[in-house]
Amino acid sequence: MPHTEEDIRKMLDKIGVEKIDDLYSDVPAEVIFKEEYDIPSAMSEIELRRHFGELGKKNRQLKIFAGGGAYDHYSPATVGHLLARSEFYTAYTPYQPEISQGTLQYIFEYQSMICELTGMEATNASMYDGATATAEAMFMMVAAAKKKNRVLISSTVADAVVRVVETYARFHGVELTVVAEKDGVSDLEAIKKELEKGDVAGVIVPQPNKYGIIEDLTGLADAIHAAKGLLTINADPSTLAVLRTPKGWGADIACGDGQTLGMPLSFGGPYLGYIACDKAQIRKMPGRVVGATKDADGKRAYVLTLQAREQHIRREKATSNICSNQSLMALYATIYLSLMGKEGLKEVNKLCCDGAHYLYNKLIGTGKFTPAFGEKPFLKEFTLKTDLDMEKVNKHLLDNGFMGPLVTGEGLVTFAVTEKRTKEEIDQLITLMLEA
Amino acid sequence: MHIKTISMKYYDKLIFELSRPGRKGYELPADNFGTDGMADIPADLKRTEPLDLPEVSELDVVRHYTNLSNKNFGVDTGFYPLGSCTMKYNPKINEEVAIMPEFSAVHPLQPAESAQGALELYYNLQQALSNIAGLAEFTLNPYAGAHGELTGLMVMKHYHRSRGDEKRTKVIVPNSAHGTNPASAMVAGFQVVEVKSKPNGSIDVEDLKPLLDDTVAGIMMTNPNTLGMFETEIVEIAKLVHDAGGLLYYDGANLNPLLGKVRPGDMGFDIMHINLHKTFSTPHGGGGPGSGPVGVAEHLVEFLPNPRVRKNEEGKFYVDFGKDSLGSVSTFLGNFGVMMKAYAYILTLGKENLKNVGPLATLNANYIKESLKDDYLLPIEGVCKHEMVFDGLKDKSTGVTTLNVAKRLLDYGFHAPTIYFPLLFHESMMIEPTETESLETLDEFIDVMHKVAKEAHETPDEVKNAPLTTLVRKLDETGAAKNPILTYKALKNA
Repeated sequence: MPHTEEDIRKMLDKIGVEKIDDLYSDVPAEVIFKEEYDIPSAMSEIELRRHFGELGKKNRQLKIFAGGGAYDHYSPATVGHLLARSEFYTAYTPYQPEISQGTLQYIFEYQSMICELTGMEATNASMYDGATATAEAMFMMVAAAKKKNRVLISSTVADAVVRVVETYARFHGVELTVVAEKDGVSDLEAIKKELEKGDVAGVIVPQPNKYGIIEDLTGLADAIHAAKGLLTINADPSTLAVLRTPKGWGADIACGDGQTLGMPLSFGGPYLGYIACDKAQIRKMPGRVVGATKDADGKRAYVLTLQAREQHIRREKATSNICSNQSLMALYATIYLSLMGKEGLKEVNKLCCDGAHYLYNKLIGTGKFTPAFGEKPFLKEFTLKTDLDMEKVNKHLLDNGFMGPLVTGEGLVTFAVTEKRTKEEIDQLITLMLEA
Repeated sequence: MHIKTISMKYYDKLIFELSRPGRKGYELPADNFGTDGMADIPADLKRTEPLDLPEVSELDVVRHYTNLSNKNFGVDTGFYPLGSCTMKYNPKINEEVAIMPEFSAVHPLQPAESAQGALELYYNLQQALSNIAGLAEFTLNPYAGAHGELTGLMVMKHYHRSRGDEKRTKVIVPNSAHGTNPASAMVAGFQVVEVKSKPNGSIDVEDLKPLLDDTVAGIMMTNPNTLGMFETEIVEIAKLVHDAGGLLYYDGANLNPLLGKVRPGDMGFDIMHINLHKTFSTPHGGGGPGSGPVGVAEHLVEFLPNPRVRKNEEGKFYVDFGKDSLGSVSTFLGNFGVMMKAYAYILTLGKENLKNVGPLATLNANYIKESLKDDYLLPIEGVCKHEMVFDGLKDKSTGVTTLNVAKRLLDYGFHAPTIYFPLLFHESMMIEPTETESLETLDEFIDVMHKVAKEAHETPDEVKNAPLTTLVRKLDETGAAKNPILTYKALKNA
């Protein structure tokens, strides 16, 4: 705060009051706060760094073999450096497009890349996270269906996502049915049976699913469309460089979490959610959207568009209250995808996939693990069955600097391998697990 | 006084247009696993279409995004008096500590014993916000202000339901409220009832009274309100709402002027959200990520969303899933990276300086108000708090609108105020300077505002055609909405 005593005097004189407290003379005396805040005394930068350093020492940086919605992918140095340009991070939502073309253009590029990955025609400027994006997809499907208010979600969608979707549904008044999985994948027959009741607005399935399995969704979109419902696929965007796209499966909406696009784990956030759809659903899509246009001189430019959909116009008629995005994380994803490009993202997937298969084969080879649901295709995450005392095993791993697999069911463990894991680390992991 | 011009070459390429087949901007380790995992994935589960991402070098990427950053205006570029957005300076040390690998490499599901530092920081921030707000406890899970509103309203609904009081389906929202308030209430499954404002923008207590029956779940308010005026009848309003069995929700968007002076909990509010990206100086990031922690009074603590961060008797921190919680609103624990910056801000200011934030923000706003009211129409007299609203130029005869003034400010190197909000006036112009701006900056802004008022008389066409000197000029927004072009692919085919 730059105010000198003299500045304050000068300003008070202009306002015509004696002291700053006079500016609060309209506040009832009984609500004026007369105590001190119960927070620490002011710290200098030196002390602040020391304090954060001490806190930081209480965290451990582990060799991570778990996923569960957050993956230890590599963040190229370039991304962080460009994100630190304060012209980007100290700006607000681009309400004044003439002086916000930087933000607007990277959002346009972000939208282009998300559409390229998913195969969809449109997306917004990003959402809070993958779970809330999925909840918004549920609302979109209900809005599109008009009179139908029931949505199905496969139990193979990540538990954390189901929790959030379930919460949004309960409060908004959407009837959500969790369809139990069969053999570790979405039970397509059970879903079709539910569709026959004629009251289903839409269906949500994952790709890959919470066990890491790449689901075969053949015939699902047709069945849903025949029942006049919509299909949402919650897909890991990184894997779409090599896996069949949501569009390829016939999805009407694609959504998911963008953390896998090189974003630091950062104890759970910030990441970003994405939501994409075809032109038919575009006016039901929540959030900010950037479109290309021209200025008065015919120059190429970008602007927030389709704003008639938004809450600040619709107020109590709104179907979503989203009025921002995870803009800087959209820039993160855009720069990451620019660097990795056409080939790099495929290579990342291949490295993850090969590492994961190496670990899978080794674990099966120990005789202590068996496939949890038979041989099912996977990319970077997979689930095995074991009799080992996983609490003990994971404790031993932790003591040796490893984050072991997540326990995802009775005797089930789910491992994740990213491009950061080496063959040596995998060998070490197995040794540690066996000696625990 | 001069109009700022940009001397650098105009740059308008898209990253896709720099692409050359075979060029790359990454290095990855050699694949020495000796497996071919991709071969185990059936062909019909694989992508068949080409992947049209750019093929560019690292330097291409660096220059491209550096050039884009030059087309942006941020708080670091200049004064950003965007009302209701609290565009205060974002101290650089906060950016540095927030990317420390000791925190950024921590997995959200890591065992608590290996994440004690992150959990301690999280817990300390919960505690600090509770004290600053005068409430019992906070959740830091919500990602943004609007997300906080939704979460807070879920708490409200859950509370009534937990008491078997199912008939409370309405939420009262003032007609001057932020647009997110009614939208959040809709998403939380409430009906919205509007309460009128008096000519001075305050809630009309007489209009409120008949609305307060046993179908009302609560009221959403911001104080100071969207006109920057303190709701002086807040104590009576709180009593009326509570007596009717409702709860009071505090929209924390306007919390900044109250720091050091008033705590929402002490005014009788039961639930509130705080925008860490406003009051606690975390950068707005071009629209996010933000953070919208929600605080509640004692009787609502058990309903806060899962997961929660708690401290046990031995002083160890852990993640908990409460059984009476309303559910979850986030995948993990929220935007932790943003929380680190807010925590650093609170520690830097400390109890000695945080209390000066509100008073100095209020001082700056009143100084601008008094300095501009001869040229701009001030519909409401009296001291304002962090911001004030003018109803356009005082002299309406020139035909120069609020939009024209806003665009002309861009020519002079300032960001525009918030315009055409609140909806109570036709030509609203909402100015919020924040406490981090110096008297010199305020004076420069005031001089330019006077100059624009003068231009409105002398050269009105120039003001009406503004901006004249920005990188791009007035945009065809209608065309963009009529024929939406949302991707590079669509642009190429257009």
